[in-house]
Amino acid sequence: MKKKHVQKYTPLGNVVTGIFVVLSLVWIMPIFEVVINSFKSNASINTNAFSLPTAESFVGWANYIKGMTFGNYPFMKSVGYSFWITIASVFLILLFTSMTAWYIARVNSKFANAFYYLCLFSMIVPFQMVMFTLTFTADNLKLNTPWTIPIVYLGFGAGLAIFMFVGFVKGLPLEIEEAASIDGCGPVRTYFNVVLPMLKPTLISVGILETMWVWNDYLLPYLVLDRTKYMTIPIHVQYLKGSYGSVDLGATMAVIMLSMLPIIIFYLALQKHIIKGVAAGAVKG
Amino acid sequence: MPEKKKKKKKHDHSTVNSVLIRRPIQKCFPLFIVPTLACFVIGFVWPFLQGIYLSFCNFNTPRDAKWVGFQNYAKTFTDVGFRHAFWNTAAFAVVSIILINVLAFFIAYALTQSIRGANLFRTVFFMPNLIGGVVLGYIWSMIFDAILKGYNTYLTANATYGFWGLVILVAWQQIGYMMIIYIAGLQAVPGDMLEAAKIDGATGWQTLTKVIIPNVMPSITICTFLTLTNSFKLFDQNLALTGGAPSVMLENTKVNMTELLALNIFSTYNINKNYHGVAQSKAVIFFILVAVLALAQQKATRSKEVQQ
Repeated sequence: MKKKHVQKYTPLGNVVTGIFVVLSLVWIMPIFEVVINSFKSNASINTNAFSLPTAESFVGWANYIKGMTFGNYPFMKSVGYSFWITIASVFLILLFTSMTAWYIARVNSKFANAFYYLCLFSMIVPFQMVMFTLTFTADNLKLNTPWTIPIVYLGFGAGLAIFMFVGFVKGLPLEIEEAASIDGCGPVRTYFNVVLPMLKPTLISVGILETMWVWNDYLLPYLVLDRTKYMTIPIHVQYLKGSYGSVDLGATMAVIMLSMLPIIIFYLALQKHIIKGVAAGAVKG
Repeated sequence: MPEKKKKKKKHDHSTVNSVLIRRPIQKCFPLFIVPTLACFVIGFVWPFLQGIYLSFCNFNTPRDAKWVGFQNYAKTFTDVGFRHAFWNTAAFAVVSIILINVLAFFIAYALTQSIRGANLFRTVFFMPNLIGGVVLGYIWSMIFDAILKGYNTYLTANATYGFWGLVILVAWQQIGYMMIIYIAGLQAVPGDMLEAAKIDGATGWQTLTKVIIPNVMPSITICTFLTLTNSFKLFDQNLALTGGAPSVMLENTKVNMTELLALNIFSTYNINKNYHGVAQSKAVIFFILVAVLALAQQKATRSKEVQQ
């Protein structure tokens, strides 16, 4: 997002900057709240949630240590499942939907177009429409474990991904693929060696949108997974709120802090791509 | 979602292309289409069709489904809770669409003027977007409760608190997202148009309303579309912030006062197995509602866009 002209700072601009500094502080206040409360004793959170930890109320890492096993389910297990489900699902989505999108864009048959329009249609269907029946289907097909749930994500997330990939592939020059074909590349090699590298910007955009969706998704894994055995971070947090949250706010704040940490690191590391990906996804959506 | 106009097919009918690309790919149908299609059928097509069928049935699981015709729909339309959730959702949608878009637009506008630290501010405003709805709900319920404690009350004591609490939460979450889209739109406003406006002596306000806003109409379309569908589909935040509480008795039914439509469907399903069919019929109505709104909105704002 570069500006064309040399930037000039005006006095009015400085006032606006001042306003934005205040606004930004207000904006991160809720996250800051979680950070300070995760180091405070329960009594202190209850009486004054907004105060900074004092020598008296500071409890060090105690809340974090407690949060690890809080609610009779090891928190790190939820974190592990969240990581696995997110990575596996996003990988599957990127691989298979980009392949399908290439097929749709290049073959352009009646069947391919029908599939494409079905994908567009699926994008306006809210999850509530299919959630109960999807749960039954997933149970019947034994897709109710963290190892198989990526298949469900691929199915429900295919619409947006295919839509974005098809839009991009249609803009790619055919000549490169023709040249590869003349040189003796079969479709599989052409796809992986020629097309896939050209798809990189869209792979990143789609990957980021899908990662944000799967990582934060609550309802789908809540309904599909066997909750006594498997939890993801959002399920874990909601479970704590329902039962233990009011009992031990400190430990819960520590858990919340830990659940936000990976996504904040992810954001700060990939900020440029994330913002671009969001803008691209929105323009297409 | 808008369907893009198909690009002109330049090469498609040339036989060269057909031999070199089209036919070889078609032979790879099992690899390129079958896995995605199979998952798409499992994850979307079949549940969707079964969902329509089951909305006309009484069922505990699909195996014991009994056809009851329009009974579930009749129950849905006379359900006080559902009607309440509908008006609640509509009010919530109107308030949040206006609030989010106006604030996001002005923040984006300010950040595209040359001010110091614009990138840092952008980073900060966007951040809440990445946090999941459940976690957001929890954080804000803690904050609202801590504030309301000073007035000897709490968040779920009053439906008004819950409603505005949810508005604040969602605004906090989505303003950053919409801001990004508006920034992209504002940066695409042609520089010569702005210069021409300046030379012609347009005031700042005139430039904004007569030049900038018509040019960012596509962004406005997208953002109102997203905020509209987001507010109608909102679930996680609603569940985690208030869970629908408080509830009161209206016409002999328990109505959760801060419940939005998506949560109402979910909680109806969980009453007991006699309500599964009703919940599914609500889901079908919900789908039709979201689809109609989305298409109507697209039509309404698209017509206002400037043709470049």
